[in-house]
Amino acid sequence: MSRLHLSQIDALEHEAIHILREAAAQFPRTAILFSGGKDSLVLAALARRAFAPGPAPFPLLHIDTGHNFAETLEFRDRLARELGFRLLVRTVQDTLDRGRAVEETGANASRNALQSVTLLDAIAELNFDAAIGGGRRDEEKARAKERIFSHRDASGHWHPHHQRPELWNLYNGRKNPGEHFRVFPLSNWTELDVWAYIAREKLPLPSLYFSHERDVFLRNGTLLAASPLLPLQAGEQVSRERVRFRTVGDLTCTGAVRSRASTLEEIIAEVAAARQTERGTRYDDRRSDSAMEDRKRAGYF
Amino acid sequence: MDLLRLITCGNVDDGKSTLLGRLLHDTKSIFEDQWEAVQQASVRRGDPATNLALLTDGLRAERERGITIDVAYRYFATPRRKFILADCPGHFEYTRNMVTGASSAQLALLLVDVRNGLTEQTCRHAFLASLLRIKHLIVCVNKMDLVDFRQDAFEHVRNQFMAYAERLEGLDIQFIPIAALTGDNVVEKSARLSWFDGPPLLYTLETVYVGNEINHVDARFPVQLVIGPSDAAPSFQGCAGQVASGIFRPGEEIMHFPSRQCARVTAIHGPGGPVNEAFHPMSVVLETDPPLPLARGDLLAKPNNQPTTGQEFESMLCWLSATPFDPARRYVLRHTSNAIACTITQVRYKLDITTLHRNQNALPLAMNDLARVTLHTSAPLCYDSYRKNRQTGCLILVDAADNTTVAAGMIL
Repeated sequence: MSRLHLSQIDALEHEAIHILREAAAQFPRTAILFSGGKDSLVLAALARRAFAPGPAPFPLLHIDTGHNFAETLEFRDRLARELGFRLLVRTVQDTLDRGRAVEETGANASRNALQSVTLLDAIAELNFDAAIGGGRRDEEKARAKERIFSHRDASGHWHPHHQRPELWNLYNGRKNPGEHFRVFPLSNWTELDVWAYIAREKLPLPSLYFSHERDVFLRNGTLLAASPLLPLQAGEQVSRERVRFRTVGDLTCTGAVRSRASTLEEIIAEVAAARQTERGTRYDDRRSDSAMEDRKRAGYF
Repeated sequence: MDLLRLITCGNVDDGKSTLLGRLLHDTKSIFEDQWEAVQQASVRRGDPATNLALLTDGLRAERERGITIDVAYRYFATPRRKFILADCPGHFEYTRNMVTGASSAQLALLLVDVRNGLTEQTCRHAFLASLLRIKHLIVCVNKMDLVDFRQDAFEHVRNQFMAYAERLEGLDIQFIPIAALTGDNVVEKSARLSWFDGPPLLYTLETVYVGNEINHVDARFPVQLVIGPSDAAPSFQGCAGQVASGIFRPGEEIMHFPSRQCARVTAIHGPGGPVNEAFHPMSVVLETDPPLPLARGDLLAKPNNQPTTGQEFESMLCWLSATPFDPARRYVLRHTSNAIACTITQVRYKLDITTLHRNQNALPLAMNDLARVTLHTSAPLCYDSYRKNRQTGCLILVDAADNTTVAAGMIL
């Protein structure tokens, strides 16, 4: 490789930093959507670097479904403290209590879709012009078409067929009051890139990502964690397995994979050889072929 | 491992989505669950076999209408390279998407149906690749299976294309006969195309040399934002930005625009710490001595290699918006880290992309039109010609009333 040439992971890092700085320059009030998951950890780490030696000009915003793994929340609080970010938390429970949304009922009820209501309320309440997300285009086919600076109308909706063309590295963040943007600095990263970056930079991770023993049960092909939030249905049986999670979302819809990978290197080897996309373990995407697109239009992450 | 950004373009039905699906499938970038979803969708639609095109047709309306209607980005990797692929639709009314996808691409993959030969749309795509200064063009002559893999059919298309491409500058063109549906010459060399002595498509993509399209000569650094003093660094003052071109090193003298004040670079900070040199596309922070009157939109260059400064300049413009150009409306020009009020003072001619004829009746300037215009900005701008410098020669126009991106420009 010639001297004036970046490796792919360096190229992605420099691109993400350019996007983060552009968000800071174009929007007076911006938050990083932070779940404690690996993508948001990478975002927070990149934001630290983009504005060093100064502080990153963004708080972290977590939309808590109330169905998170305890490990993730602990980790979230510790990391925000260590990196010196202000952490804002808004809860789906509060949205429900205020009558802004109604809990889903039935066997496969999930609060996943309700997060959108809480998120949009939080953006309005806190008067954010932009929310930076860890979404990647390789995750899902509707995301493959989303812009890096993605416009949301005054009701928080995404209009996939009326997106602004995005050319070169020129991002158009002009908007009217009440509208906002979602900004995706990791758009061009793949799952493997995220892992490679975490390994290279030795970023700490929640323990859920590593192999551990857990009580799980099988529902519609997805291994779910045994929890009081998930009453067993007829024929379902809990068993103890060595598993890890590839995403750390809402525990009612985040599936585990059987795995013995307990180090970053082993996880990377496993991801490289994986036969399922990481969202393949997400129960919420399987509801229909356009499940993600429908949720995104309504203001999802 | 390095990164290659490419676009695929071609007519509707030239087999673009199929080729893409094939590349993803044959580089093992398709996961079991995606493959199952596509198999099920193929059965529901009544397709005779698993429809590879469904892997990349993302949005619901597209799956229903069977055409790709917006730029979609795909990712695949081989042990040699990671590829970021912008999938550009070939449908006539969506040509603006090709310009969008091409703006960041280093290589264009152009599909031609061997039975149809060169069409108007193919000419448009090749011209746009050249206009946007994509260096490498690979013409995939597809559907060779439907002409019994005949060499004369391939050569007929190649000759047609070369006759057109003589008028395009700066393109390094290669031709490869393929059959995307059956996978011939995509990843593996095909026995049925044994008369073709070149490598298959994927090998070509993996090995084509792409370092040479970056300008490492003219040092340009647009100031993205200023990083001032903080609790952690009470006396720090630096400017953050992405190197547009050229090389910056500590110790060198730089010139600040618009002040034309000179200073010495004292340190360059990369994401992981101090660096000895910075080049495109690195995002860095520069410290200078003496400190400069920095603001977003300023430019750093070198005293012996300065950009052009002016308020009036010529540009090729591709109109992207469904609402045509209207002299009564106000437009904002975005260029590097600048946003500045701008008027189109003259539309000189519209270019017919198929014949390359210059039409003096230039108005209306509507979606997909390409025109040469004169732009006037409300304050001086530091720029280079797009031909010389992609980063400091490109611009977009934004409608000041509805905030949409209406045009893409390349400074002449």
